[in-house]
Amino acid sequence: MEWTDAAAVEHARGGNADAFRVLVDRHSRAVFRLAYRMTGNEHDAEDMVQETFLRAYKQLGRFDGRAGFGTWLYRIAANCSVDLLRARKKRDERTVEAPVDAVRSRDASPERLTQSVEISGILGTAMKELSQTERTAFVLRHYEGLAMEEIGRVLGVEPNAAKHSVFRAVQKLRRALQPAMGAAR
Amino acid sequence: MTHLSEEQLILHYYGEPESAGPAVHLAVCEQCQREYDALARTLDSCDYAVPERLASYEVAVWHRLEPKLARRSWSSWWKAAPALAGLVVVAFLAGQWIAKRSGGRVQPATVSSASAISGKVRERILLVAMGDHLERSQMVIAELVNTRASGAIDISDERRRAQDLVQDNRLFRQTAVKSGDGVDANVLDELERVLLEIAHSPSQISSPELENLQRRIEAQGILFKVRVVGTTAREKGNRL
Ligand SMILES: [Zn+2]
Repeated sequence: MEWTDAAAVEHARGGNADAFRVLVDRHSRAVFRLAYRMTGNEHDAEDMVQETFLRAYKQLGRFDGRAGFGTWLYRIAANCSVDLLRARKKRDERTVEAPVDAVRSRDASPERLTQSVEISGILGTAMKELSQTERTAFVLRHYEGLAMEEIGRVLGVEPNAAKHSVFRAVQKLRRALQPAMGAAR
Repeated sequence: MTHLSEEQLILHYYGEPESAGPAVHLAVCEQCQREYDALARTLDSCDYAVPERLASYEVAVWHRLEPKLARRSWSSWWKAAPALAGLVVVAFLAGQWIAKRSGGRVQPATVSSASAISGKVRERILLVAMGDHLERSQMVIAELVNTRASGAIDISDERRRAQDLVQDNRLFRQTAVKSGDGVDANVLDELERVLLEIAHSPSQISSPELENLQRRIEAQGILFKVRVVGTTAREKGNRL
């Protein structure tokens, strides 16, 4: 039996757990991918996957089918990540984090570490410096390939505001990656 | 000639449909082409690798998710449950007390409307309510027992639910004691201690603390006892 997302939502609303499972099967990997890029670690990403589907389940009645189920789910995931990262931030404030400079010098010196390792290290740190909206917008545009208009829907803002979040994210990331990119020439 | 802004270059990189203008300009302007190449090189290198998931990933997600879904789908009717359970227990106790004092004859004048329902119906409601209460308790405990610990664990949700359940549990236990059901009273007493321990735990606990708690819970075999008493209560209630 091959349900469309919309049909599965309909059945799940009627209390059919198998129908909701179809949606989980279909979308959990994509939600994990998104969650991992939003949170930067597997543990938080897995929690985010769970919370996203729980909220989706609770809110099934609010799904109006105007956006695709995937987009709707992304919107919930994006909101989850805001809450989760807010909670984690409190936790992280108590642990000392390696500053950007330390990451750079540690990665740059030994030759066995490739440039890509250096860049991904800096990128990881720079992503954390983005605002929640900037990070979400960038992840959705750059990695998930969503159009600005869809990103606007996910974030609940005008497409223009979504664009500006992407711009700011790219500008900040460029600034952080500049030294490593220069060295690569 | 006006050169392209960084914003225009970014939109071009992502293939966002703006206008043909920037693409045309880019084709003829070396300076903007250089700018664009630098931007593209940086963005191309933004490779944020995501760790692979196992082939069974979807199954694992579902297994972790499913028990929580069950809990949520009930929650709407169970929001009214503490009040309902309280009412039922009060009705039940009132009925018993009155029955004893009047030598088995219920005196309608002193009985509230809640206890105007027949003893059989009352007992059935009580048993079913107790079965549900035990099932909810079982779910909270099972969740804690099945949590695999790493780092600090947030158990605030289980704690809050345990706090609610303690109230109900007290009523059911008192009822069981009064009606002389020793087995139920004992299990409810043990359950109450476990619920109290969860209710009084901090909302964040370390993994060794959680493991200790899990060991204590498992040593008592409380999950099994609760399941047995709960199932029996439901079956008895449904037969009435
Ligand atoms: Zn130009």
